[in-house]
Amino acid sequence: MPIMRTAAIVNAMLDYDFMRNAFAAAGVAAVVSGLVGYFLVLRGQTFAGHALGHIGFAGATGAILIGLAPIWGLVGLTVAAGIGMGMMGERVSGRDVAVGVVLSLALGFGLLFLHYYTAFAVQATSLLFGNVLAVDRPMIMALVVMGLITLAALAAIMRPLIFASLQPELAEAKGVPVGFVSTAFLAIVAVGVSESAQIVGILLVFSLMVGPPATAQRLVTGLWSGIVLSAVVALAEAWLGIIIAYDTDWPVSFCIALLSALGYFVTRVPLEQLKMRKSSPRL
Amino acid sequence: MNVVEFDQATLRIGNHLVLADISLAIKGGEFIGVLGPNGAGKTTLMRAILGLLRPSAGNIRVFGRTPRRGDALIGYVPQVRTVAPELHVRGLDFIASSVRGGRWGLPKLGHVDRKMIDESLAAVGAVDLAGRPLTDMSGGERQRLLLAQALLGEPGLLLLDEPLISLDQRYQETIIELVGRFAGERNITVLFSAHELNQLIGALDRVLYLGNGRAALGTVAEVVTSPVLSKLYGSDIDVVHADGHVFVLSRGRHIEHHDHLHADHAHSRDRQRHA
Repeated sequence: MPIMRTAAIVNAMLDYDFMRNAFAAAGVAAVVSGLVGYFLVLRGQTFAGHALGHIGFAGATGAILIGLAPIWGLVGLTVAAGIGMGMMGERVSGRDVAVGVVLSLALGFGLLFLHYYTAFAVQATSLLFGNVLAVDRPMIMALVVMGLITLAALAAIMRPLIFASLQPELAEAKGVPVGFVSTAFLAIVAVGVSESAQIVGILLVFSLMVGPPATAQRLVTGLWSGIVLSAVVALAEAWLGIIIAYDTDWPVSFCIALLSALGYFVTRVPLEQLKMRKSSPRL
Repeated sequence: MNVVEFDQATLRIGNHLVLADISLAIKGGEFIGVLGPNGAGKTTLMRAILGLLRPSAGNIRVFGRTPRRGDALIGYVPQVRTVAPELHVRGLDFIASSVRGGRWGLPKLGHVDRKMIDESLAAVGAVDLAGRPLTDMSGGERQRLLLAQALLGEPGLLLLDEPLISLDQRYQETIIELVGRFAGERNITVLFSAHELNQLIGALDRVLYLGNGRAALGTVAEVVTSPVLSKLYGSDIDVVHADGHVFVLSRGRHIEHHDHLHADHAHSRDRQRHA
């Protein structure tokens, strides 16, 4: 029985302190990423989210270099970059080339900082690919506090954010401060990316921030049901990923990335085929 | 009473002069077809009426006041974006986002709002769109949805920016018919921009032709003439009447049709300028 076996595995896992920490940290980050990510996907700004992660790499390695905890460099620089991107407006943040050049530059700086702090090759791997099994209690507390602030901010701007995401021209005409809302949202995304990066790493933030919301949007079309399902899918994939990693000895981030991709493609393929069958007689 | 008044108004986007020294008056309940070549300022004119762009000289009055953003009396259907993210969101939530969409906090949809949306959808014959995601809708269905949304809250003025673009003939006629009927029943003033004059001829009261920074407002017989259009297009224009249709030709080429073929390209230019 797979369920019995899974239950036995989880039971064994929970005996370890670092496993309980991993479940707690992954749970917090997954819920925040799933909720924030829903809007990121809705707005078609996933590339901006990706870029924020890379910029965060420079922040994290820079922080290590000057003797700070990497998370503060990560959060600080991603939030600053998010606000910067938002203030430059749609004209810049929507342009893939500009964002792409900046993210490469940021990765380059990250490499430079590491170059001057060679002792931390391990640190580099865990920044890039995550290391949820090394999370400690203070880190969980930091994730919870940042998560609560992020979700409170998201709740505060949610209504104009939805309007501006679905119908930007009309929202502007109706007097919604579209620029402010979009900047505030990118700052929120920056914190979400930082949380997600603690679990799956900077290079794999998409597996928690984009995969689950995209899967949820394929399954349901209601706004609230989509938002809630996105968080549930992210949580399920994060926890299941840890369980599979424990059982197989594969890296946790790989398992989460795999589940994220599977979830997306499984929900995508049959729907596309159905749509093609439905629409072909119309032609 | 005049619903829209331009008094020697000049509109610029940055340094680019779009419309110079425009004076016109649109009366309550009029259906105005807004025509002109791409980049002539159709969208800019609507943005000025919405209060999104102030005239650099002269005055604009809407319902007797200086235009202000968020005027509940104006229903607006913006031009369809050529590059829009895929929206896996059902029609109901799409429309609901516009109901007091500027307030802070979590979105909430009360019974009264829900009823209002249902009635508006029913009025345009689009009840089934409430439960379907936008990704599933055809261009015509989306326009219907947008029209239902624009009619919420009993507007006195409807601004429809190129609602016929990318629709097939049958849907174009449906949209024109729907708009004409509502405008008549509810005494709504309509500004309807389009590329083709002929489809609108049956519905419109007057036509507003833009071109070369100028504007001409009048009946089709007054405005759609060789001298007036030659001035607006800045080149020799012939107007040919045939079988109740009016064809605008430049050196023998049907320019409205020509415009249409390049509509997407020109719109992306238009959008960049507005961004």
